[in-house]
Amino acid sequence: MRLQGKVWKFGDDISTDLIAPGRFFHLRSNLEELAKHVLEDADPEFVKKMSKGDFVVAGKNFGLGSSREHAPTIMKIAGISAVLAKSFARIFYRNAINIGLLVIECDTDKIEEGDELEVDLEKGEVINRTKGIKLTFSPFPSIMRKILDDGGLLSHIQKYKDFQLK
Amino acid sequence: MGKTIAEKIIGEHSEREVRAGDFVVARVDVCLVQDGTGPLAVRQLQKINLEKAYNPGRTVLFIDHAVPSPRKELSNDHIALREFARKTGASLSDIGNGVCHQVIVESLVNPGDILIGADSHTCTAGALGAFATGMGSTDVAIGIALGKTWLRVPETFKINIEGDFQRGVYPKDLMLHIIGLIGADGATYKALEFDGETIRKMSLSGRLTLCNMAVEAGAKAGLIASDATTKLFLETRGRVDKFREIKPDRDATYERIINIQASEIEPTISLPHTVDNTVTVNETKGIKIDQVFIGTCTNGRMEDLRVAAQILKDKHRHPNTRLVIGPASRGIYLEAMQEGILELFVKAGGVILPPGCGPCVGVHEGILGDEERCLSTQNRNFLGRMGNPKAFIYLGSPATAAATAIKGEITDPREVL
Repeated sequence: MRLQGKVWKFGDDISTDLIAPGRFFHLRSNLEELAKHVLEDADPEFVKKMSKGDFVVAGKNFGLGSSREHAPTIMKIAGISAVLAKSFARIFYRNAINIGLLVIECDTDKIEEGDELEVDLEKGEVINRTKGIKLTFSPFPSIMRKILDDGGLLSHIQKYKDFQLK
Repeated sequence: MGKTIAEKIIGEHSEREVRAGDFVVARVDVCLVQDGTGPLAVRQLQKINLEKAYNPGRTVLFIDHAVPSPRKELSNDHIALREFARKTGASLSDIGNGVCHQVIVESLVNPGDILIGADSHTCTAGALGAFATGMGSTDVAIGIALGKTWLRVPETFKINIEGDFQRGVYPKDLMLHIIGLIGADGATYKALEFDGETIRKMSLSGRLTLCNMAVEAGAKAGLIASDATTKLFLETRGRVDKFREIKPDRDATYERIINIQASEIEPTISLPHTVDNTVTVNETKGIKIDQVFIGTCTNGRMEDLRVAAQILKDKHRHPNTRLVIGPASRGIYLEAMQEGILELFVKAGGVILPPGCGPCVGVHEGILGDEERCLSTQNRNFLGRMGNPKAFIYLGSPATAAATAIKGEITDPREVL
C-alpha cells in the first residue's frame, strides 16, 4: 500500500477529547455529522483546511484518553489517510487498526506542516518529498497487520471466524 | 522464573504459559459497554450479522454517561442498547444504577477474571485482582459475541508504596503524584502493579481510585493482589465464594520498580490540561474556583463522600463556588442518603446528581462556561473534557475539593480538617 498526501502538524498529547469532543456526544450515532468536528478542539479550522488523503502528523502520545472509537473513525470519514506520531496511546492505536485507519510510529520531528509525504507500507518507509528525507518505521505485529490488510477487525472476523495470530 | 499478576491471569485464560511480549487469544469473563460506546458496538455486530452475546449473564450494557437522557439522539442510543439486551439476553444497567466501573465491581467482576470494557477506565476493576482493560467499541463487540479477545501480554511496572499518609492526604493524591512522576505516557502498553505496606492497609475504595487512573499514565491495566480486604468486600457483596488469592510470584520480572514513601506525598493537584501536570496544593493556593465536582468512578464512593461530608459539616459553600456531587452508584446514593450525608451536602449548598458520569464527560449536568475553573475529583482534565474548550479543569482529592468549595479557591484540606 502506497499513500501520498499533505501534512497537517499537531503537537504532543492530542487526546480523543480534542479529536471527538464530548460536547458532541449526541452525534456519536451520526458519524458523518460528527466528522465535521474532527480535531476541532486542537485546530478549529482543521476540517475546512484539510483535503481527502492528507496526513495528520503529531508528537508523542497521540490519541490518549477516552476509548471512543469514534475518534479514529471520524478521522477516516473525514479522509485522513494515515496518522504519523512519535508514539500512540494504546487504545487509540488498536482502535485505528480495527477500523482500518493507518497509524505509523516514527520520528516526526523532521516533518513540518505542508510537507508532501509518501508512505510505503510494504517497505516501512515514509518519504518526505518536500525535504528529500526518508524515514523508516517498524513492521506491525502479525495480528495487527492481518487486521489492517483485511480492512479492519469486522472483515477479519468475517473471514476467519476467529483471531488469526500468525 | 516467576510471573507477574498480568502474566498469571492472561496465561490462565489462554491455556498456556505466557510471558510479557507474547501475543495470545484469551477468553474473556466479563464484557461491558456504555451509552457512549455501546451503540457503535451494537451497530458493528449488526453489520456482520453477529448480534449475540457469548456469555449474556456476564455481558453488561450500561446507560450511565448521559442519564437521564438530556437529548433525543441519546434517548435513541439508549433504546438501541435496551433492544440489544432484550435480543441477546445480555444484562442492562439502566439509568440510576450508576457508573459502569463502580457497578461492575459491586456486582460482577472477581479476582482472576479478565474484563474488557469499551471505556478507558475499565482498568478500575484491577483493584480486585482482575485483569481489566479498556478497548474500543469493535474490540469489545467481538469480545461480547465470541467470548474472547487478542492481547499482547504487557510488561509490568511494580510500584511499591510504604508507610502512612500524612493527615489530609488520600489515595487520589498518591495516584496524581505517581502520574506526575511517570508521565501521561510513561506506562503506555504496560501494566502497573501496586504493592507495599500502604496498599495492603488501603481500603478497597482507595485501591479502586489507584487502578481507575492507571490509564492516565498510559497503562493497559492497574493491578493489586487480592487479599483479606478483597475477600471482605466480596463478602459484603454476597459473593465471597468467588474469592481467589491472586498475587505475583516473588521472583516475577518487572520492567521497572518504583518505590514511594507515602509520608512524603502532599495533597496534590493536576493543573489544566494534562493529568501529569501535577503540583502540590500549596503551589496552587488561592486560585479561584467556579465549580467543585465531587464524584465519578474515581472518587464517588462512600469513603470519598464521607471525607467531603466531614469537611462540609455545618459549613456552606462559598457564594461564588457551585458545589456538585455525584454518587457513583445507586448503592452508594442510598447509603449516603441513609447516613444523612446527602442532606448535609444539600444544607451546605450542594446539588446532588443522579448516579452516573455527570459533568465529567462534558455531556450535561454542570458544563463549564468560558474561562471558568472547576476543581473536580474526576480522572481527566483534558481541554474540553467538561464540555467547553475555553474552561479549565483542576484535579484533586475529595478533601481538597470540599475545602475548596468552602473557601472558593484551591485550599489545602489540612486547613479545615
